[in-house]
Amino acid sequence: MEFLRPATWDEALAAKAEFPTALPISGGTDVMVEMNFDVHRPSAILDLNRITELRQWEITDGVVRLGASVPYARIINELSEPLPGLALAAHTVGSPQIRNRGGVGGNLGGASPAGDAHPALLAAGRDVFVEVASAARGTRMIAIDDFYVGVKRNSMEKDELILRVHIPVADGPQQFSKIGTRNAMVIAVCAFGFALHPKNGTVGTGIGSAAPTPRRAVAAEEFLQGVLAERGLWESGDLLGAEVIQQFGELVKAAASPIDDVRGTADYRRHSLAVMARRTLTWTWNDYSKQIRSAA
Amino acid sequence: MSTRTIQGQKNLQDIRTGSPDGIGGSPLRPDGTLKVKGEFAYSSDLWHEDMLWGMALRSPHPRANILSVDISEAVKTPGVYAVLTHDDIPGAKFYGLEIQDQPALAKDKVRYHGEAIAIVAADHPETARRAVKKIKVEYEVLTPIVTEEQCLNPEVYGYVHEPHEFKSHGHGNICHSQKLVSGLGVTDEVRAMADVIVKGEYEVGMQDQAFLGPESGLAVPSEDGGMDLYVATQWLHVDRQQIAPVLGIPEEKLRLTLAGVGGAFGGREDLSMQIHACLLAQRTGKPVKIVYARDESFFGHVHRHPAKMYYEHGATRDGKLVYADARIVLDGGAYASASPAVVGNAASLGHGPYVIPNVRMDAIALYSNNPSCGAMRGFGAVQACFGYETQMDKLAVALDMDPVELRQLNAMSEGDYMPTGQMIDSPAPVAELLQRVKDMPLPPPLDLTNLDVRTLPGALSNTTHGEGVVRGIGYSVGIKNVGFSEGFDDYSTARVRLEVIGGEPVAMVHTAMAEVGQGGITVHAQIARTELGVEQVTIHPANTEVGSAGSTSASRQTYMTGGAVKYAAEAVAQALIEKGRKRYGWTHNDLSLIGGKVVSESAGALVSMVDLLGDDAIDLTREHHHRPTVPFDKETGQGFGHVQYTFCANRAVVDVDVELGLVKVVELTAAQDVGKALNPLSVVGQIQGGCTQALGLAVMEEIIVKDGKVRNASFTDYLIPTILDVPPIPVDILELPDPNAPYGLRGVGEAPTVSATPSIVAAIRQATGIALNRIPVRPEHLTGTL
Repeated sequence: MEFLRPATWDEALAAKAEFPTALPISGGTDVMVEMNFDVHRPSAILDLNRITELRQWEITDGVVRLGASVPYARIINELSEPLPGLALAAHTVGSPQIRNRGGVGGNLGGASPAGDAHPALLAAGRDVFVEVASAARGTRMIAIDDFYVGVKRNSMEKDELILRVHIPVADGPQQFSKIGTRNAMVIAVCAFGFALHPKNGTVGTGIGSAAPTPRRAVAAEEFLQGVLAERGLWESGDLLGAEVIQQFGELVKAAASPIDDVRGTADYRRHSLAVMARRTLTWTWNDYSKQIRSAA
Repeated sequence: MSTRTIQGQKNLQDIRTGSPDGIGGSPLRPDGTLKVKGEFAYSSDLWHEDMLWGMALRSPHPRANILSVDISEAVKTPGVYAVLTHDDIPGAKFYGLEIQDQPALAKDKVRYHGEAIAIVAADHPETARRAVKKIKVEYEVLTPIVTEEQCLNPEVYGYVHEPHEFKSHGHGNICHSQKLVSGLGVTDEVRAMADVIVKGEYEVGMQDQAFLGPESGLAVPSEDGGMDLYVATQWLHVDRQQIAPVLGIPEEKLRLTLAGVGGAFGGREDLSMQIHACLLAQRTGKPVKIVYARDESFFGHVHRHPAKMYYEHGATRDGKLVYADARIVLDGGAYASASPAVVGNAASLGHGPYVIPNVRMDAIALYSNNPSCGAMRGFGAVQACFGYETQMDKLAVALDMDPVELRQLNAMSEGDYMPTGQMIDSPAPVAELLQRVKDMPLPPPLDLTNLDVRTLPGALSNTTHGEGVVRGIGYSVGIKNVGFSEGFDDYSTARVRLEVIGGEPVAMVHTAMAEVGQGGITVHAQIARTELGVEQVTIHPANTEVGSAGSTSASRQTYMTGGAVKYAAEAVAQALIEKGRKRYGWTHNDLSLIGGKVVSESAGALVSMVDLLGDDAIDLTREHHHRPTVPFDKETGQGFGHVQYTFCANRAVVDVDVELGLVKVVELTAAQDVGKALNPLSVVGQIQGGCTQALGLAVMEEIIVKDGKVRNASFTDYLIPTILDVPPIPVDILELPDPNAPYGLRGVGEAPTVSATPSIVAAIRQATGIALNRIPVRPEHLTGTL
């Protein structure tokens, strides 16, 4: 097995071009587990730990440019305000040790439907982009909606690496809920991310572990956006009412296509998605209402 | 009698009853700091120059005929030293704890998913792994025999062990069975005497010991044609007894030394890698190390028997039990392991700590193509306790009685008889224990104004901010035996040596006791200090140079090997005093060893031990046999079958998110009679640990097996409680001495694992109003989405 340790981003891209089957590793919280289980015996490992850009974030023009290897612990400590949904998701990742090592790049690279970051990224809006690069073609931006293409498959080319993720700074409340059968260190049975985007009058959703890929509940988003616009609720901050909340939950549930597995039944996943959708909508809307009223 | 409530380490200072370092004190464990700092040497850390790495090829099928095994490619792999199959075994081909029905390597057929077929030794673990993949096995895959219905109809579904190869006590696919009848049994006439009858069917999933240190050890061939084996196990001598015949060498040529054990809980009572490492070392003439990976560990040891149970109880209108009937079906999997003893416990303890005039019980263990099941903390009693305690709650509802009062009304106490006819001849404070957990202050209600999601069901997964959360409270009590039963003489041996080293009297304690984390070596030193009046005690490494210490299981080690250390130390003390009598002509009969001196109660200190010993060493070995027991009658279950009984009561307080089916155990209280707490800190640790393992069984721990195949052989999907799942566990300890036991002590480790699970389920039941007849309780059970 080749072990490649590029010192710079350009060297990393060159190495990936030369060894397209090389498995990138940063925190190793996913890669090492799979190697221990003999799932992978890659011909080469590409260690990205020396590349400083991957461990940095910055905010420019209202967008967080989050390096692929910024660990979850730093997302919690440093980015809870601009990225509240992702920070809540980061809280649910593994143990403190795992959160000190793992980052969003690993979630995106693995593209597991159970990755905790995905629902939060999907909910964060249509302007979330994954910035990837190759030695041959340079940088390109993949919209988050186009990123997940199948079970543990993303839309990257073999010679590409993930540099960073572009996520708009939150302009409204965001929430993230995850079901696990214990109270910490648990892989998602299913998960739901939700965000209000008052600036453009949209809402964002993300479903985890309940379909072959992470996905949005598009009909639920459209329904809710319609209600909010028609009733002038963005302006008034008035109560949504039980029927709207209920209907939103049902539409989220309908958007999932879960399976039965050792972690839970498909029925339970659908049921709990509806509950999480109702609750996260309620929490975010309550927060939003408070903001409107305190501003008024 | 002394009792005290312990809530965490701080209050432990108050309950020290002896000298700080003798019995009754809580000196710190020598291994504790090392383990916390990651410096403790576990068996997986063993290393030897020139050693090879062993690895096994395991069956992907639960039931198949092996048509051929082709090792030619594997043998040719550079770096591979040996590839062995069943045909290469020099001695006995089968082994087993009680029944030798398990092949050291599968021959002609495999009976469970993960059964070892061939073993490889190579100079690097990766080489060994690759070589294993090159072994070609041709299987004829058969439909596995996995359900009770299939097992009980072998002429239709087949035999796990064909009749001509059957080695156990049962027949067909029944490995072992035990019936029990007492009083009038259970007949229509008896039923007619009851005003209220409750019935139920209950199911217990397959729990795993989930110890953190995987199976591992190092076999080193010796020049005399024998073998030295360093291994993490629970019982060195019974390992040796099983390994030596397979190697074709006499037992004395096989020497075992205990390596660092990372947890056991029964899972190391059977052999795992021992025979494989020894066979490879014997063949190659080189040291061979085997360390299981986590997934292999799940296939490499036995689990807790899953159970299906039918219970029926009848009572008078005022709550007095009239009769109890039960049938317990335990799935023992492919090989016998400890199944006979598990059946014996289920049958004899399966009606709980209650006085019941008329009883019937039928307990069986099946052979199946599911994973083998055997010893796990509280075996037989754990499964049954979920059944009878759920019944008690059901009966309380039917009678409109308080569930604690109903239990107290029927609780057994000293002088009462077990359904086996055995009289309880030492304290049995069952009603008192229940009262104590009931009287403990309740935790405060959920404070939603001061929200901390970590205290809510789901915790940081952020699934509720109080929505759907309902609190419930549940109670339970359980009974467990201590020591091996049914006529088994599981004696323990201890050697104690006293001599002067560096101007100080020093005691050395040598036993073969497996320290698996229970704190036994700390207790041995405490006993030696108390009996010999010394400060310095050395613990000799546990090995087979001294006689057997029996198994570290059945809550027995402090009782049995601790007792042996006491008797050996007393003998040494007597020998030293005799020496003084001879030398000085003492006539006192009130002599003992205190503070490094021979002390007369009437005349004070007579001589220092240093002066009396001089250059001599006193080195004596003693065996400790518990009082004899007898096997239970096959049909009636009658007999003086158990050495000692132990009881624990629990109260569980839970918060359940009833919409999502998620549970947070808020508090789990325990009250237990321990006879005498030799080391109160360790006793509390045992009770809290036992409660935690019971919590795991209540709400999360299960090996999921489908059509004989294990679906979750990893800690990603086999979940055990984390710090956020384990609540405060206040412990209330009673010390009512058992006159039959050394120091009056009572085995501690298992009773809370038996009793705590049903209290948690009862609390969830109270919060949700759902029947909950199966454990572990899953969110699907609570939300109707199974």
